[in-house]
Amino acid sequence: MAQFLQQLINGLSLGSIYALIALGYTMVYGIIKLINFAHGDIYMIGAYIGYACIRHFKLGFIPSLLISMVACSLLGFAIEKIAYKPLRNSTRIAALITAIGVSLFLEYSTMAIVGATVKTYPEVVKTVTFTPIEGVVINIQQIFIFSVTIILMVILQFIVHKTRIGKAMRAVSADKDAAQLMGINVDSTISFTFAIGSALAGAAGILVGIYYNSINPLMGILPGLRAFIAAVFGGIGIIPGALIGGLTIGIIETVVSGYASSLYKDAVAFAILILILLIKPSGLLGKNTREKV
Amino acid sequence: MIDVMMSEINTPEAMNSAKYPRKFTLLKKILFIVLFYGIIQLLIFLNVINAYYQVTLAMICINIILAVSLNLITGFTGQFSLGHAGFMSIGAYTCALITLNMDTPFSFIIGLIAGAILAAIVGLLIGIPTLRLKGDYLAIATLGLAQIIEIIIRNLDFTGGPRGLANIPQYANWTWLFLFTVITVVIISNFINSSHGRACISVREDEIAAEAVGINTTKYKVLAFIIGAFFAGIAGALYASYFYYIKPDLFGFLKSIDILVIVVLGGMGSISGSILAAILLVIISTYLQSFAEFRMIIYSVILVLIMIFKPQGLMGSSEFSLNRFIQETRKNLQKLGQKLHKVR
Repeated sequence: MAQFLQQLINGLSLGSIYALIALGYTMVYGIIKLINFAHGDIYMIGAYIGYACIRHFKLGFIPSLLISMVACSLLGFAIEKIAYKPLRNSTRIAALITAIGVSLFLEYSTMAIVGATVKTYPEVVKTVTFTPIEGVVINIQQIFIFSVTIILMVILQFIVHKTRIGKAMRAVSADKDAAQLMGINVDSTISFTFAIGSALAGAAGILVGIYYNSINPLMGILPGLRAFIAAVFGGIGIIPGALIGGLTIGIIETVVSGYASSLYKDAVAFAILILILLIKPSGLLGKNTREKV
Repeated sequence: MIDVMMSEINTPEAMNSAKYPRKFTLLKKILFIVLFYGIIQLLIFLNVINAYYQVTLAMICINIILAVSLNLITGFTGQFSLGHAGFMSIGAYTCALITLNMDTPFSFIIGLIAGAILAAIVGLLIGIPTLRLKGDYLAIATLGLAQIIEIIIRNLDFTGGPRGLANIPQYANWTWLFLFTVITVVIISNFINSSHGRACISVREDEIAAEAVGINTTKYKVLAFIIGAFFAGIAGALYASYFYYIKPDLFGFLKSIDILVIVVLGGMGSISGSILAAILLVIISTYLQSFAEFRMIIYSVILVLIMIFKPQGLMGSSEFSLNRFIQETRKNLQKLGQKLHKVR
């Protein structure tokens, strides 16, 4: 029982990171129907910016987190303007290949700048552990991760549901042309969506840095794919769905690597994805849409 | 009924042959291919094409097979697959294991065919459930399945785990590679020009309309998937046999992306485009090898620029036709001559 609780706690902290990345995927997909493959790499860049802030500028956790989020949102904004905007009216596959191209570009230019070796994250949060029940250990990093995720989620919900720009985002994702006719600036709304999604990925990057203590230029690929699975699981385009999906995938992953072999954890994540796609392609919280001729 | 309708459609080929009479007949085509093979073989024999360029040549052949087979799935049938490397790995591992464990002169052929058939069977098993999905979802599902194949290979004992298989007997050479490249291109282009191929294209153009005129869309999607997987298996087998060393990493997500890039760069729905792009990209990456660090950066920038400025690819969906090429060059030369005449 204690072991299961331990796995659950580990899964929740890992799942929070996936949820933060998944939010970016789900918002971008909801608004321009693009699987932004570069999103996982923005998360990697966020981790590196956090690393630079902590190690070289000796900043604390909160300032580093904020700097990393701002830098990533600017990066996301720039990527959207340079690479995706010219392709707004071209085919979906062209946009997808561009996203893959941007992803490769971010990975390998980071590799050229900082080197391919694994970097050890500086200890910015002193490790403190709690033992609420015999055999269950919670450390302070896990509490940090979970609380930062919840705070960011609440802020995001507020932005999307209570502000003008959030209303514009919802309108554009429901119907782009109609939104434009109502006088909404579609381009700036899309840019804003990219910026917010990238900021969340940046936050996830620094959180994973303090949790796992090591970062490398290719660290974004697999978490990116898993976060995408999480977004599809919860229903792509739906914000609470990303949280549920992220936490579920995180918990399943830790339970599988705890009880079975850690080698199969990716296979399990992908198997879940395929099952979800076959049984309920619109995801857990998604609504079925009827095909129109 | 459908066949009659199909034959009445003015295909680009039909219009081309009316506009440009067939000077380049089948016999001449065969002669050209044999001549091309002979020249390269002679150059290899004389060591003008050394071992380094032979590897480039082999990569070109393997990439042509992969790209043309993926083009059938993605370009012609419109089913977006991100898992082509998964089928390639099945062919590669099957052929490698058979040639390693069987000691007959025919083991390579047996391995190659077994690899291709096994890849096709996996393609069938994967295709039936996943091809119900559309667009991005299909892409992600195929990506996931290819990852699962990779993880399974990585965790099995007889496949050598993450270290892979080494010392595979090297049977494949220029002759085999060229032979299978030609076979692939001929079979797939003939398939596309058959009524089945036309049905596949109609699925790409409009699935609902295709269904409405009585085409069994599921059947044709699965058929394209199986044929694509079959040839990807052949490419994998040739790869294993030529490079005599395989490991699971070689057939990961990046390999699938590589193949897709060739198809999109060449033009979706253009076989000659795929061939052209395969040759071009292999040459580019051979030259970029000396800048190992910047290779992927340059590659990704090229990718993004092509998508922004020429999203339809080099050839669009039209085919390169020698007849047209010869006639148009002749016409252009005549025009040039007339202009020069006037100037004089």
